Amino acid sequence: MKYKDYYAILGVKRDASADDIRKSYRKLAQKYHPDVSKDPQGEEKFKEVAEAYQTLKDPEKRKAYDELGTAHASGQEFRPPPGWEQRFGDAPGEGQFSFDDNIDLSDLFESLSRGRRGSARQSRPVRGEDFEVAVRLTLEQAFHGTQVDLQVALPEYDDKGVLRAVPKTIKARIPKGATDGQRLRLRGQGGKGFNGGAAGDLYLDISLAPHPIFRVSGHDLYLDLALAPWEAALGASVEIPTLAGAVNLKVPPGTAAGAKLRLGGRGLPRPEGTPGDLYAVAQIVNPTVLNERERELYRELAQASRFDPRGQLAKGSA
Amino acid sequence: MTTGTEAAFWMDTHTRLTLVEVAETCGISESVVQELVEYGVLTPAGAEPREWVFGAECVMSVRKAARLCNDLELETSAMALVVSFLDRIQELEAQVRRLRSQAGGV
Repeated sequence: MKYKDYYAILGVKRDASADDIRKSYRKLAQKYHPDVSKDPQGEEKFKEVAEAYQTLKDPEKRKAYDELGTAHASGQEFRPPPGWEQRFGDAPGEGQFSFDDNIDLSDLFESLSRGRRGSARQSRPVRGEDFEVAVRLTLEQAFHGTQVDLQVALPEYDDKGVLRAVPKTIKARIPKGATDGQRLRLRGQGGKGFNGGAAGDLYLDISLAPHPIFRVSGHDLYLDLALAPWEAALGASVEIPTLAGAVNLKVPPGTAAGAKLRLGGRGLPRPEGTPGDLYAVAQIVNPTVLNERERELYRELAQASRFDPRGQLAKGSA
Repeated sequence: MTTGTEAAFWMDTHTRLTLVEVAETCGISESVVQELVEYGVLTPAGAEPREWVFGAECVMSVRKAARLCNDLELETSAMALVVSFLDRIQELEAQVRRLRSQAGGV
């Protein structure tokens, strides 16, 4: 088993008061808590800090920890002195308590407190832990619904009563109706309960991968629709893609750049109710190279048109 | 292990939860849920606690706040504050996503 210096982890002296230990824990927990920290190592650091605090905040566990001595360096292999576990409360006797090389210092203290709680509390059912896992879907997967293989490592107690992360694959069916930021709950797929307690749940935190054509807003989709100036001016029927295949869209005459043309019900399906809409956002695109005939027609148009695109500016400065 | 669709449900307004279910799902006691209702961060339909109906969309921020407050040893009043901030962040993030989609080119 590897030694961990809980005092060093919390940044306190070995003779620190309970109050100092709590203060230091709170400061570090705020800094590294995975729900607030942007530090990529935050979760790992938080677990270390929490593990140290769980032991040092409990006077009995702290005493037990202190008796392991100060001779070990962090990370150094060590074994607790013989009979060490017998000195504390109702710790389980030999045989139940094995100093397996694979066990962790925190498992040791966990077993210590489980032993101390006594048999009355041990039969109480405890619900398994909930877990959250991030799932990234393509827009097509969200549209049609899909099945994903989730690789998770859920902690379970083995037959020695030691907590271990057990990797497993969960096949989850994602019903259609998913969109960015939505959560799906898989009941009973989280950590196992003990003493007959129910299993925890698994939450899928859904995000959508960027799509080359469509942008997502809730269940609505947006796409940029490039139009030639004459299509925008005269109106046109253009073919546009949707997630269910191409459709024809009627562009009304006099369509301005930025106008949103709505195709009702062509967005993402909702779990309940009507599907979202698809919006084609008009963009007016000029040909980059004009041939002589086109140039001539533009010149003619410039002569004939009384359109003043900067009328607003003139009014503003007057 | 295969998970049937019946075990999966969306955590959105269409999924309705009772007081007992919210407490169980968020890993807090019913009295803490009641306190969060008193602070106004949870707004169930129904007059009496036993008639309360919550939209499941509230669960994620309450779970997160409960976890934080448990780990940082904070009180329920702080949990209420965290829930309201988390909801506000979620709202703003949704707004950013919406504006980005409409504006394009990002």
